[in-house]
Amino acid sequence: MHSEKASWGLKLAAWGGLVFLHFPILIIFLYAFNTEDAAFSFPPQGFTLHWFSVAFARQDVLDAVTLSVKIAALATLIAMVLGTLAAVALYRRDFFGKESISLMLILPIALPGIITGIALLSAFKTLGIEPGFMTIVVGHATFCVVIVYNNVIARFRRTSHSLIEASMDLGADGWQTFRYVILPNLGSALLAGGMLAFALSFDEIIVTTFTAGHERTLPIWLLNQLGRPRDVPVTNVVAMLVMLVTMLPILGAYYLTKGGEGVAGSGK
Amino acid sequence: MSLTLDATAPEARHGALRGLSNLLYRKPTLYLSLLLVPPLLWFGAIYLGSLLTLLWQGFYTFDDFTMTVTPSLTWANFAALFTPANFDIIQRTVLMAVAVSIASAALAFPIAYYMARYTSGKTKAFFYIAVMLPMWASYIVKAYAWTLLLAKGGVAMWFVQHLGLEPLLNLLLSVPGVGGNTLSTSNLGRFLVFVYIWLPFMILPIQASLERLPPSLLQASADLGAQPRQTFMQVILPLSVPGIAAGSIFTFSLTLGDFIVPSLVGPPGYFIGGMVYAQQGAIGNMPMAAAFTLVPIVLIAVYLSIVKRLGAFDAL
Repeated sequence: MHSEKASWGLKLAAWGGLVFLHFPILIIFLYAFNTEDAAFSFPPQGFTLHWFSVAFARQDVLDAVTLSVKIAALATLIAMVLGTLAAVALYRRDFFGKESISLMLILPIALPGIITGIALLSAFKTLGIEPGFMTIVVGHATFCVVIVYNNVIARFRRTSHSLIEASMDLGADGWQTFRYVILPNLGSALLAGGMLAFALSFDEIIVTTFTAGHERTLPIWLLNQLGRPRDVPVTNVVAMLVMLVTMLPILGAYYLTKGGEGVAGSGK
Repeated sequence: MSLTLDATAPEARHGALRGLSNLLYRKPTLYLSLLLVPPLLWFGAIYLGSLLTLLWQGFYTFDDFTMTVTPSLTWANFAALFTPANFDIIQRTVLMAVAVSIASAALAFPIAYYMARYTSGKTKAFFYIAVMLPMWASYIVKAYAWTLLLAKGGVAMWFVQHLGLEPLLNLLLSVPGVGGNTLSTSNLGRFLVFVYIWLPFMILPIQASLERLPPSLLQASADLGAQPRQTFMQVILPLSVPGIAAGSIFTFSLTLGDFIVPSLVGPPGYFIGGMVYAQQGAIGNMPMAAAFTLVPIVLIAVYLSIVKRLGAFDAL
């Protein structure tokens, strides 16, 4: 058998890889408190909370945050309903076309975002629909479904079907079984899926640039900011907040689905 | 079973909801179809419908003089993909996608290997979260972080200067095709950002495939007299190919379609994504944009059929 201890080279490569993955994120957290107002020299000259108050007083920031939260909430809600329905339908029974359906659910995140984005835009244009709030939601919901679906179907596979049969044998009807047996079992997986879907929608930019019309979600606001060097401190603060909003759900989802092969987030 | 249940439950409520749920339990096919109708409608009408609309528009004619689209069908847009200028864009994008996939695999393997074979319990959970966090952290903010890192006088340059690596960097930047004036306008910089952003997508599938490797195989290999190095080359590496292939689906496909990173970092010159965006937006040539969209779809389809043979789908 090979030696029990990892070689120094392997250890260094593994831990070095983790440092590489986290370093740019740390930089974002560092610069949000930077005292300078234009340059981003390193190391920072000093730390301040001043830019937070500046950022929160900006109407364009608040508008973009509100819009993104609204879109993410609505898209998550739609994704949770559709994803759960698909998971319930697909987890146990085999039928013709089952593989194609699961492939179709994965397609919106497996194919590059530009394809989904421009396809939706061309369809909206053909139908004469003006891009705006609802078109963004439709796009986001489409690629969020698979996140909820993955989490829910993994939970179903781990939940013994005999629980449902036992409930039926004991005289519960289908609705009671759903309400008192299936739903409590599903709860944390649904919550995890919902949180991840929210994070994914909150941060999405590629599909959104095509379907947004004149609306400005937070990622689009950020992208526009990159051309405004004088606004860097505010951009840094918002960037850190977006980072937090997208990272905290993964921690939450991890704790909700751990124990058993948690699929939370595996494969965006 | 369900029939006797109904018959022996006389005191049960007879609400409409209950009647419905019992009916659905007795008729699983009806139940299944009712469940599937909403997701299928959504995906069929909105997603597949849009994709077909888009491909159909690829055949429309765009008039260069009036800048208008007319619905007369033509192959011209698809033929235009092979003009040197357009072919250049496709080639540039594909080369980057391949380079990013290879580099990600090389960087990801030690991390995944260490995770799968030398960590357990809390350390494994720590590694798992430490890979998941950057993977889910905001894409646009990660890209932004790199514009800060690579900027003139930014963090990367500070490290390069303090470690005395300036000559090495200048040497790298002078290599044609890779380099450029500065780190943030070079292909090297763009490559770094891509590798950074898609790396976690490579780590997790490799780790999963190594996790499935039975330790008894390694013992057998050692018992049969293989050196650790031989075991690695002839047992571990071949068995992790499905994981690498699965990870490369993400790195390849995501790089192929990206247009934000190429617009922020690297030399001028479109990627496929940027071309699609420019064609439909500024130029208003939706047919050409649609034709360009077909390129990543075809490339990914070809790529998927290749990696399917390597067992990538079982490792997803």
